[in-house]
Amino acid sequence: MNHSYQLNYLEQLEAESIHIFREVAGQFEKPALLFSGGKDSITLVHLARKAFAPGKIPFPLVHIDTGHNFPEALNFRDNLVAELDATLVVRKVEDTIRQRHLTEPKGKFPSRNWLQTYTLLDTIEEFGFDCCIGGARRDEEKARAKERIFSVRDEFGQWNPKLQRPELWSIYNGRIHKGENVRVFPISNWTELDIWNYIRKENIPLPSIYFAHERQVIEHEGQLVAISDYVQPDETDVVLTKKVRYRTVGDMTCTAAVESQAATLEEVINEIVATRISERGETRIDDKVTEAAMEDRKKNGYF
Amino acid sequence: MDLLRFITAGSVDDGKSTLIGRLLYDSKNILIDQLEALEKSTKNRTDGSVDLALLTDGLRAEREQGITIDVAYRYFSTPKRKFIIADAPGHVQYTRNMITGASNASLIIILIDARQGVVEQTRRHSIIASLLRIKHVVVAVNKMDLVDFSQDVFNNIVIDYNHVAERLGLKNITYIPMSALDGDNIVDKSARIPWFSGKPLLEYLEEVQIDQDVNLTDPRFQVQVVIRPQTEALHDYRGYAGKVISGVYKKGDKVTVLPQGIQTSITSVETGGEEVAEVFAPQSAVLQLADDIDISRGDTIVKTDNQPRVNNELEVLLCWMDDKPLISGNKYLLQHNSRLVRAMIRQVDYKIDVNTLEHQPVEGQVKLNEVVKAVIKTAVPVVYDPYDVFSEYGSAILVDETSNSTVAAVLIQN
Ligand SMILES: Nc1nc2c(ncn2[C@@H]2O[C@H](COP(=O)(O)OP(=O)(O)O)[C@@H](O)[C@H]2O)c(=O)[nH]1
Repeated sequence: MNHSYQLNYLEQLEAESIHIFREVAGQFEKPALLFSGGKDSITLVHLARKAFAPGKIPFPLVHIDTGHNFPEALNFRDNLVAELDATLVVRKVEDTIRQRHLTEPKGKFPSRNWLQTYTLLDTIEEFGFDCCIGGARRDEEKARAKERIFSVRDEFGQWNPKLQRPELWSIYNGRIHKGENVRVFPISNWTELDIWNYIRKENIPLPSIYFAHERQVIEHEGQLVAISDYVQPDETDVVLTKKVRYRTVGDMTCTAAVESQAATLEEVINEIVATRISERGETRIDDKVTEAAMEDRKKNGYF
Repeated sequence: MDLLRFITAGSVDDGKSTLIGRLLYDSKNILIDQLEALEKSTKNRTDGSVDLALLTDGLRAEREQGITIDVAYRYFSTPKRKFIIADAPGHVQYTRNMITGASNASLIIILIDARQGVVEQTRRHSIIASLLRIKHVVVAVNKMDLVDFSQDVFNNIVIDYNHVAERLGLKNITYIPMSALDGDNIVDKSARIPWFSGKPLLEYLEEVQIDQDVNLTDPRFQVQVVIRPQTEALHDYRGYAGKVISGVYKKGDKVTVLPQGIQTSITSVETGGEEVAEVFAPQSAVLQLADDIDISRGDTIVKTDNQPRVNNELEVLLCWMDDKPLISGNKYLLQHNSRLVRAMIRQVDYKIDVNTLEHQPVEGQVKLNEVVKAVIKTAVPVVYDPYDVFSEYGSAILVDETSNSTVAAVLIQN
């Protein structure tokens, strides 16, 4: 055969991620895939499907539901689960708030992001999950740049950046004591643009909110926030109708939209290449608060 | 477009963080809000400049101490290549982190402060590069602005370093004079260093040939999981999922399963659930075999005419990575990719001084960051190739069964 045995960078990233998925299946008794409904977790599911084909994905998808979802993302999730014949576990932050008498976050953008940690830890305990697969990427944020692909958490779900295991070659040590838990990040080495290019290459369907659509929004500190059941304008707000799309899909209360005309994947990618604002800064309202916000949350058992 | 993983090494203050910041900044991989955050954390500085080094110093403790204490990964790309940088600390007490970062790198950038020349740390970083067989070395002679861009200074450093490299058997060395702070010879060729005829760093990184680095001649495939859908349509399907560590596999290949030593042949090779003509390193794939053999996770499938070694006594180099010392006679787990076997350290022969490469007798226990030659006995045979011949299949880790920590990097020698 007259061709070179060479993988391009997306094929290399894919091969690495599939290898990681299979290590999870080989090393853990009860793994789970944390599914948020966003493009990163949709990509994760796609990779998991490829890793175990023609078999089914050998672990459930777990959605820690803040209750502040985009309806489009929920629909998409349910269709995907049906198509894959996968197991879906949904646990609601709302229930945790009730059961544990937690205080509902207040304010105009009442983010339940922080409270997800409680629900997640309860869910881990309920099912005895020893490994949770997440879609975090190292390029997202400075603290993540140092996290291992197999990241051991203690009984409180906490990450200790000073006590990380050395991670050598492509050998992953997932051994833990009872009660501990490993977070595994198969797409650690992907960037946002890699994800988009892969979605295009593999033709992976996405929820419609990733593409430009008209929406009623208000402007908050330079960011556009959609009006919804969870975010209501007050007297000072000017409600605008804008053509927007989302770069990440999280809580409706803390995910900002970007103005866009990009109706196709191609156009979205072109816009992203052209933009000079990174994903986290553009779309996460809660992250700007402190520079060390992510580091603090990780130490507290956040994904 | 392909992918290059490299590591940067240097002593404290040689300008490693500045260099990485410069690469990201000048190749337009730093985005506006990251810059804003950077400016915020730089505002305490008196001269008001942006400190590029802060882009790579992640954790708070590190920011406070102003040093990099763990490996951080950084990403950037140009139209020609995607790059993954392992930013590893340089102090001797972080040898462990450097080895971790170096284990995945096919190229190392060794920084030298032009005013200091080759120092002890330079030697240590080079020794680690040679132990781990990193295939390409760039010697970045930094801070040329502080020596008036002197060609003599540069040439003397080249001569000095060549001695080091020769002794270590390091090959493929490229020297580049630069100023990371001002951007000379980073992305663009420096007008202030007209006597240098080579490429600036980024251009070199974009063009260095790495496709030869993948071993396509000695096929090794280790099973990670067995896929058995057990559905009606796929009732008898049994696929062995794993990574093609090296070589090429295709339907009809005569193969041997190790350590069992059973021969069979491949009936299908698949990726993503679809049959393909062949699979090659470093793809993740599924193989189906002609015979019903008892194969489980960690077993190796090789071509019958090209076999690795199978042994239960291994001569190894151990890079000790745990705070607890190595205790001769203690039992550990040896993890060789997906294969986990019980192991015992039978004997420690000598210590390798990572600053001089000298062999020294081991007095007392082997401690964190020390590199020793040892003999390991395993409960069942290990299937491997010597690290020097073929690093992808000659590397392993030791795990302490009681703490579950990764305590050593293992380079198999014999
Ligand atoms: N004059 C000059 N200073 C430099 C250069 N590169 C780095 N520096 C300075 O050297 C100091 C240490 O740099 P840094 O990148 O933090 O070093 P690291 O400890 O190796 O990461 C900082 O004050 C830099 O501004 C250079 O090329 N020329």
